[in-house]
Amino acid sequence: MAVDALKVNGLQKSFGKNYVLRGIDVTMEPGSVTVLMGANGAGKSTLVKVICGHHRADGGSMTLAGQPFDPADAADAIRQGVVTVHQSIDDGVIPDLDVANNLMLDRLVERSHGLFVRERHLRAEAAKVAAEMGIEVNLRARVSDLSVADRQMIAIARAMARAPKVLILDEPTSSLSATEADRLFALIDRLREQGVAILYISHRMSDIRRIADRIIVMRDGAISGTFDTEPLDYEAAVTAMLGHRMTEVDVTVQSGSVPVLELADLRLTQGAAPINLQARDGEVVALVGLLGSGKSRLAEILYGMAHPASGGVRINGTVYTPSSVEDAVAQGVFMSPKDRGTNAVIPAFDIADNMTLPFLKGLSVGSFLKASRQKTRAQEMVSQLGIVCQSVTDGIGTLSGGNQQKVMIARWLLEPAKVLLLDEPFQGVDIGARRDIGRHIRATAKGRATLVFLAEIDEALEIADRIVVMNEGAIVGEHKNQNVDLGALVADISGAQSTATGTHP
Amino acid sequence: MNDRLLDFAIRYGFLILLFGLIVYFSIAAPGFFGPLSAAFVLQSVAITGILALGVTCTLVVGGFDLSIGAVATSALMLSAYSMVILEHPTVVAVFLCLGMGALVGLINGLLIVKFRVPDLLATLGMMFLLIGLQRIPTQGNSIATGMTLTDGTVAEGTFSAAFLWLGRHRFDVVIERLLPMPVVIFIGIAVLIWLFLGFTRHGRLMYAIGSNERAAALVGTPVNRYKIAAYMISGVTASIGGILLAARLGRGDIASGNNLLLDSVAAALIGFAVLGAARPNAFGTAIGALFVGILLQGMTMMNAPYYTQDFVKGAVLVAALVFTFYLSSRRSGTGH
Repeated sequence: MAVDALKVNGLQKSFGKNYVLRGIDVTMEPGSVTVLMGANGAGKSTLVKVICGHHRADGGSMTLAGQPFDPADAADAIRQGVVTVHQSIDDGVIPDLDVANNLMLDRLVERSHGLFVRERHLRAEAAKVAAEMGIEVNLRARVSDLSVADRQMIAIARAMARAPKVLILDEPTSSLSATEADRLFALIDRLREQGVAILYISHRMSDIRRIADRIIVMRDGAISGTFDTEPLDYEAAVTAMLGHRMTEVDVTVQSGSVPVLELADLRLTQGAAPINLQARDGEVVALVGLLGSGKSRLAEILYGMAHPASGGVRINGTVYTPSSVEDAVAQGVFMSPKDRGTNAVIPAFDIADNMTLPFLKGLSVGSFLKASRQKTRAQEMVSQLGIVCQSVTDGIGTLSGGNQQKVMIARWLLEPAKVLLLDEPFQGVDIGARRDIGRHIRATAKGRATLVFLAEIDEALEIADRIVVMNEGAIVGEHKNQNVDLGALVADISGAQSTATGTHP
Repeated sequence: MNDRLLDFAIRYGFLILLFGLIVYFSIAAPGFFGPLSAAFVLQSVAITGILALGVTCTLVVGGFDLSIGAVATSALMLSAYSMVILEHPTVVAVFLCLGMGALVGLINGLLIVKFRVPDLLATLGMMFLLIGLQRIPTQGNSIATGMTLTDGTVAEGTFSAAFLWLGRHRFDVVIERLLPMPVVIFIGIAVLIWLFLGFTRHGRLMYAIGSNERAAALVGTPVNRYKIAAYMISGVTASIGGILLAARLGRGDIASGNNLLLDSVAAALIGFAVLGAARPNAFGTAIGALFVGILLQGMTMMNAPYYTQDFVKGAVLVAALVFTFYLSSRRSGTGH
């Protein structure tokens, strides 16, 4: 290609005394996928924000298809052909409108559109866009009723309606299951063929392996490595990101002592196969499976948010039937939910208040809170988990994603649990924080049974003693985390050995 | 430097403005600075302040209570009906009103958490319902001793001295008969709500619900119970306001209390701006009520016509909201 789609030269940006970007050079070619990697705080999001017009650069220059590019604001960047799909998908769609209207929204904004909406015409156009993108959903469905993956597809399709030269995807798979992510990758492949330059930001090695043409690694506000010769050297990229070599995490497999949690003939839904599972004291069990495999349902049942169709749960031998979340917590079953932004973080609170929220009763005298005790307890966890903050009274919003997640995990380590449930604890977390969390969960595992719900095999291999695979509401495989036969594990997850009906909607 | 200035402005701007107002009026309006004038200001904001403290609790859990004005006027009418027509003793009348406030709060809460009616709509409906309901027993008439009832008899009861004492008694502070009872009750409730919201675990959990309800529920907070409790607090404080109003007026005046809702909501929202809290808080609400009272008192003493009052209140509210939302968003927007 003669002209680069986007060229960034010596870009600089600082906030006060904090130099976030120290002279970044990036070149992106049309029809290629550039993956941007970097630990939290490396400056990735700032770079993206400068490119998409949220921030003005302090120094350096950018050219878009050979022309000087200096967007005044986000709308200007979009007009010039740089479109960004942000991490929070709902920024990109209008949940209360149907799919067709969402896809055509940008046309409706155009002044030339005229006053009245021609319903038939609009639907026909929408159908055309959807077909081009390979989106197979009912165009009359309300977007709020769709799955996360479909909403994401629509957000991207909307972005594509503006025929961008550069498309930026910020952690697009962080809330997608593996099958959903596959559909996204197929879409990215198609866009690549159309000659769009794609900047893809992700932490997930599996994503990166799947789609990267080149990898750019950022560290401390500078480019610490560019990898563009086939085959891409992923290990070197991780090394460039962390500053030291990625070593395989050694899990000393524990088989646990006495059984703590016992599921006996538990049916998640009417007609599902019965589940029998034991989790023992000191053992970390990873439950892996695709979206719809029933692992979320199982977590909800154990945490008192739903009731099983039949069967029973025992904890330390006594029957456990929680009536509510409150009841579950009172009985020593704690859960750190997935999607911390919606399910866990209290944005108005500081670190100490966020962390101690479930156990305020024990930290107060009468009904009055002892702020000093809250702070000491939080401070202990901060040092144990290596949470990077200036003080426990900092707002939770000042922390990076990885550190926020550490606070959310620490919340449930404050008091001893009988059963600890962790639903996607590594979501949107950089590798460094992920290792810290995994290490700490394993180090404190004694005295409780720990269940970790995961979609990624890599993550399961890092944290678990035993990997239990779920598919369609049933347990279909169990692997001790020692010389795991990866082929068999993947086959279990995708349900390969059963009749290959496929789980596509 | 700019950031620090902005931070300072957000934090103390409103208090400095309040202080500036006091200084200005003290110089410009002779007689403004003094215990009598201060007591008058406090008297004028006591009842709206009490209502505003209640609505603050509903704002904390991310809700809103539009029915407080109607609850207050209902309590006004109920206390008059109870004492003048049914000839109940003071204690019975007071507890009837408090019970009514709690019941209305409970119904509001249930409408919102059980029947999933959005808070604004549920309490708006309740407001209408109460405005209508309080007129039915007296065919839309005000209640006063000596009025003729529908069955031809004459209302013989009176407001007892003990009841009127609640609204009219003045304590000797600095000057004899200076501090009115409603002000003492206002300050007492303000301190209680301030302690409750700011320093108890219940208050902390209520703030958590207001900030991220789902996250609060997932740590085991009984979200529905706290929400209902917030509306019940709001109902009870509103009924206290109504009792004090009745005790001050000494009659069940159907037309009084019209401005209570808007004034108290304004005080609570102005409170967002105090100390840069950017969220509902009891101290801010009390200061917000006081701010409006001082401004109006000063203007009145400088002969501003009464009909400009609502305009001024509205302007203060809009300014405070800009203060809260625009400046704080800029503050959080600059950091990364």
